[in-house]
Amino acid sequence: MSALAIRNLHKRFGSVDVLKGINLEIDRGDFTVLVGPSGCGKSTLLNIIAGLETATSGEIEIADRMVNAIPPKDRDIAMVFQSYALYPSMTVRQNITFGMECRNVAKPEREAAVARVAKLLQIEPLLNRKPGQLSGGQRQRVAMGRALVRDPKLFLFDEPLSNLDAKLRVEMRAEIKLLHARIGATIVYVTHDQIEAMTMATRIAVMHAGAVQQFADPDTIYNRPANIFVARFMGAPPMNTLAATLRAVDGVPHAMLDGTVGLPVPDAPARYLNRPVILGIRPECLAEPQRRFGAAPARLIEAQVEMTEPTGAETMVTLAVAGQRAIGRVAPDTRMAIGAPASFSVDTRKLCLFDPETENLIAA
Amino acid sequence: MRPGNILLPGAPPVHDAAPGWGRRLISVVIWLLAAAYLVPLAVVLLNSLRSAQEIAQSSMIGWPKTWEFGNYAVAWGTFCIAQTCRGIQPYMLNSAAITLPATFISTLLGAVAGYAISLWRFRGDTWIFGLVTLGVFLPEQMRLLPWAIVLRDVGLTNTIAGLVMIHAVQGLSFTTLFCRNYYLSIPQELMKAARIDGAGFFRIFWRIVLPLSPPILVVTVIWQFTGIWNEFLYGVTFTSGTQQPITAALIALATSVADVPQYGVQNAAVVLAALPTMLIYLFGGRYFVRGLTAGAVK
Repeated sequence: MSALAIRNLHKRFGSVDVLKGINLEIDRGDFTVLVGPSGCGKSTLLNIIAGLETATSGEIEIADRMVNAIPPKDRDIAMVFQSYALYPSMTVRQNITFGMECRNVAKPEREAAVARVAKLLQIEPLLNRKPGQLSGGQRQRVAMGRALVRDPKLFLFDEPLSNLDAKLRVEMRAEIKLLHARIGATIVYVTHDQIEAMTMATRIAVMHAGAVQQFADPDTIYNRPANIFVARFMGAPPMNTLAATLRAVDGVPHAMLDGTVGLPVPDAPARYLNRPVILGIRPECLAEPQRRFGAAPARLIEAQVEMTEPTGAETMVTLAVAGQRAIGRVAPDTRMAIGAPASFSVDTRKLCLFDPETENLIAA
Repeated sequence: MRPGNILLPGAPPVHDAAPGWGRRLISVVIWLLAAAYLVPLAVVLLNSLRSAQEIAQSSMIGWPKTWEFGNYAVAWGTFCIAQTCRGIQPYMLNSAAITLPATFISTLLGAVAGYAISLWRFRGDTWIFGLVTLGVFLPEQMRLLPWAIVLRDVGLTNTIAGLVMIHAVQGLSFTTLFCRNYYLSIPQELMKAARIDGAGFFRIFWRIVLPLSPPILVVTVIWQFTGIWNEFLYGVTFTSGTQQPITAALIALATSVADVPQYGVQNAAVVLAALPTMLIYLFGGRYFVRGLTAGAVK
């Protein structure tokens, strides 16, 4: 049974196509993150799921019930907003019970529900305060309480952590993830932050220009990105994409960056032999020469060191390999002389190839 | 420089220099203008405390020789206007009976209209807003004849209810404008949250929007109260005799002088007539300014 199904959804504002045929099928208990740059249509999609905006065409089902014509309040959903959207003149308790008040839930039942949620989120001491008297993190918690108290079929989160400072954001991120694990809710979560997507999601839908570029689990999104956009949007720093030509060396396909520098891509389909390709290498797959990846023998390439950026835990190295710029991540104690050539150990297991015309991943 | 006085490098100090001659000249001119503006008020206040004989023997401008506080009692309760000798009291009550309901109705309707226009986008909303606020710029005289026809057709000619209706409807232009601009600062996410919670148009208004509204309601109430209380043209055109508001009755009072002009009492009547709006200004003025510049949500 799917918790949410979206079929061929289109949204047009005047002559602008904001959503161009979205298809998503989300299972119960999934934590789905819609991620993409601003303007990609992810928030519009969330608003359409909530019923706050109408689709131009297409179908939406929540828990196997067609909801296109059903108003937000009857869709059995709850939503958490970026600005928290707490009612300023109401206490925390009233904020949490307002939905039940609108649905004429009896008072003792309301009180029991507030008590349950307040305990879960540890906001009992705040119940009689107004939102103006709360910190950002507390407001965030209350906003989640207002959503949780409904016990809905579907939780919608619209960039809920964007207004928090960096430290609090990491804390709340972990908390939301734990909460999901505890109550097993189905969540659709919108963010522009790819780290939030990677850390929280069980499934990620990467959106760009009104279309879903890839819908898969975080591991697949990261290691087998469907196209160059996904490859470069997910991961910081982004995946290196280098122009190469696929050639057979000793019978094994190699992505050749120039006449001599090449990396083996044994699974590359034969039809791409002697054709240009885009080689994708994650920065962490370019490491100091002592590093070994798996049981395979070391595969070293030579490159020119252009710049180093130590972060403490590791050092980012901007390097030029066969005249193309790339970023590597080396151990923090590695000394690299700027402007000098150096060797880098390459994790050849995780190389990706993209078609330079379609920009799509070349499947093995 | 005092601590806390942060100045940009190179900027002239603001507080420490002695005021130059130009600055002094400006304050002198400003004081003179303010004084000139307040002269009529001073004359009226002083005359309201002088006896008719004293004014007649000297001039309209002068310090009271004896303080005639009795002028106020006469003006309020016993002075004869248009053959009835009950002072301005009935007309003050008329004005209250017009102003209070008209202020209340126009403020409430303006709040609902401003809320609908600013927070519930619908087809043609900007047009409706434009038409409603057009009323802000229409001169009163232009609307006189249409209102005369409306009053005749609904049978409210020469009634207090008729003036209540006129002022309630005309006030909508201003109150809608004020409230709409204020409500624009309420975030759309709040509306979305409320809709998902299941609240409809009026529940959102009563429970969420109205509790955020006191700053702007103070503005509209002061504005409407002052405007309607001081309104003269409709009062004198559409009512006569016992139905008149105080502004219209003051004219009758000035012309109903029997033998000796009763300047002292008349001036006292003017002061009493102006008192409600002056009190509103004294006690509500700062809320007015504050409300005009306030946002709904911090």
